[in-house]
Amino acid sequence: MLSIQELSASVGDKPILDGLSLAVPAGEVHAIMGPNGAGKSTLSYVLTGREGYEVTGGTASLDGVDLLSLAPEDRAAKGLFLSFQYPLEIPGVPALTFVRAALNAQRKARGQDELAAPAFLKLAREKAAALKIDFDMLKRPLNVGFSGGEKKRMEILQMAMLEPRFSILDETDSGLDIDALKIVAEGVNALRGPDRGMLVITHYQRLLGYIKPDRVSVLANGRIVAAGGPELALELERSGYDRYAG
Amino acid sequence: MSLALAIATGDKTQLPSRRDEAWRWSDLAGQILDMPATSPVGEAKGEGPFSVLANCTTVVVNGRGAKRIDLLAGQTVALRFVSSSEGTAHVAQMVVTVKGKATLLESYEGQATGYLAHAGLRIDVAAGASLERIVLADDAADAITVSLADVTLAPGASFAQTVLISGAKRQRIETHLEHPGGGANVRMDGAYLISGRRHGDITTVVDHIARDGTTNQLIKGMVRDQGRAVFQGKIVVAHGADGTDARMGHHALILSDCAEVDAKPELLIFADDVQCAHGNSIGALDQDALFYARQRGLPLDEAKTMLTAAFVAEVVDRIEHEGARAIAAAWTAARLEQG
Repeated sequence: MLSIQELSASVGDKPILDGLSLAVPAGEVHAIMGPNGAGKSTLSYVLTGREGYEVTGGTASLDGVDLLSLAPEDRAAKGLFLSFQYPLEIPGVPALTFVRAALNAQRKARGQDELAAPAFLKLAREKAAALKIDFDMLKRPLNVGFSGGEKKRMEILQMAMLEPRFSILDETDSGLDIDALKIVAEGVNALRGPDRGMLVITHYQRLLGYIKPDRVSVLANGRIVAAGGPELALELERSGYDRYAG
Repeated sequence: MSLALAIATGDKTQLPSRRDEAWRWSDLAGQILDMPATSPVGEAKGEGPFSVLANCTTVVVNGRGAKRIDLLAGQTVALRFVSSSEGTAHVAQMVVTVKGKATLLESYEGQATGYLAHAGLRIDVAAGASLERIVLADDAADAITVSLADVTLAPGASFAQTVLISGAKRQRIETHLEHPGGGANVRMDGAYLISGRRHGDITTVVDHIARDGTTNQLIKGMVRDQGRAVFQGKIVVAHGADGTDARMGHHALILSDCAEVDAKPELLIFADDVQCAHGNSIGALDQDALFYARQRGLPLDEAKTMLTAAFVAEVVDRIEHEGARAIAAAWTAARLEQG
């Protein structure tokens, strides 16, 4: 499904990713853990095509399609979704309007019919209820004045509405209290399936107690330095990242 | 010096030029080689943008059909200024009186090319009355137009205005308001959406002549291609006009390297006990927000249009008349999508 080979990237003149390789087969959830500054967020931005992140070598593909040559919106239409570490505020655009525009833009790009308003609203009500989001909140400008936890829930709501083939969750646990964490994790788990994949980026093992990964990789100094099963996350929680530093 | 005088007399030297401080960014003299002939009798096409909302409509075509309008409580009146003859010039002068809570829905409709038009309005709002004036200015790309409104308020009256313009060869909507204080309340908003090689100018002057008056102004706009927008906003607080509360905000988006915005916010304060503030910002679209929208699947142009519409929506959302607000929102969306 997601295949990254020898990926190197820099921001400005500063190299951040240094020959990173990773494969996530369909149906699996991989966790990426690592210390601050290891390149975790850079990886998510390089995969989704943010400006200012220059790929200097290697490849990344989703279902065999080269991601790096596509515009961000075309990557989204291929089913790539990023839950932002710091979701943006979009003043003046109600959350519902934004999600509907995004969903229909993706459908159009895939040659599907637009989702009509009644069907869209029904879907939005269902997904919002599952994530315990007050439906009236979706009529407010997206993320404007939302708390950190509300913003993260809105990210997962968008994910649930867009039903991406492959999701990257960038520190989705930060800013969440324990109740919100459970709700968000349930939302994420509901999207697990045999033809979907996920990359869960996190500092802490806490989130992985609720979203059980199939594999855990440690990212340090721009590359994967260790990989293992879920037990690796527990071991990191005990021993820290020190031995991967430097 | 005015376009009205130049058209009425046929004397080109009466045109405002860049030597006039108030016109230095919207020079007319340099744009008009010869004064064109007076417009013939014309005919308006269509019903105008506000027909579904209005109790009655006054149509002024090529300067003809202007008549006094007396607005009573509860009335919503459409006023259409239509230019329908190519390459000719016309002037219309009108008086509007307001004696209750009423709405004036004004449209400038270019149904020909290359015309010169001046519309002059005198608006008197009586004590205790309130007027919401909404202006949609849709002129031809090669037209030169000026709309000049002189507004007088009685103490305790209120006046709220939203001007929406898309520019022309030269297009200026100018409002002068004498603010009597005494609890009178003024909102003086506007938005410009300027594309191609168009030029749009929103100029306002609010004179606080006595104490305890409020003015709130929000102007927002977008320029792209080689478009040019001008905002000149002046608020004067006269000696003795204490207790005045005046706020002005002007915020612009520049979406191309060749587009230009000229802004002159002015607060002239001659009283001591006042609250006055102004904010002025000019910038590009937030790249982070653009990336966020694209990551969700919105193509770049669609994302830009959405964020620009949202930026301008703050002005449109302040329109109190619900039907007019919906029409204004559709109008701005259509201007933004016209690439």
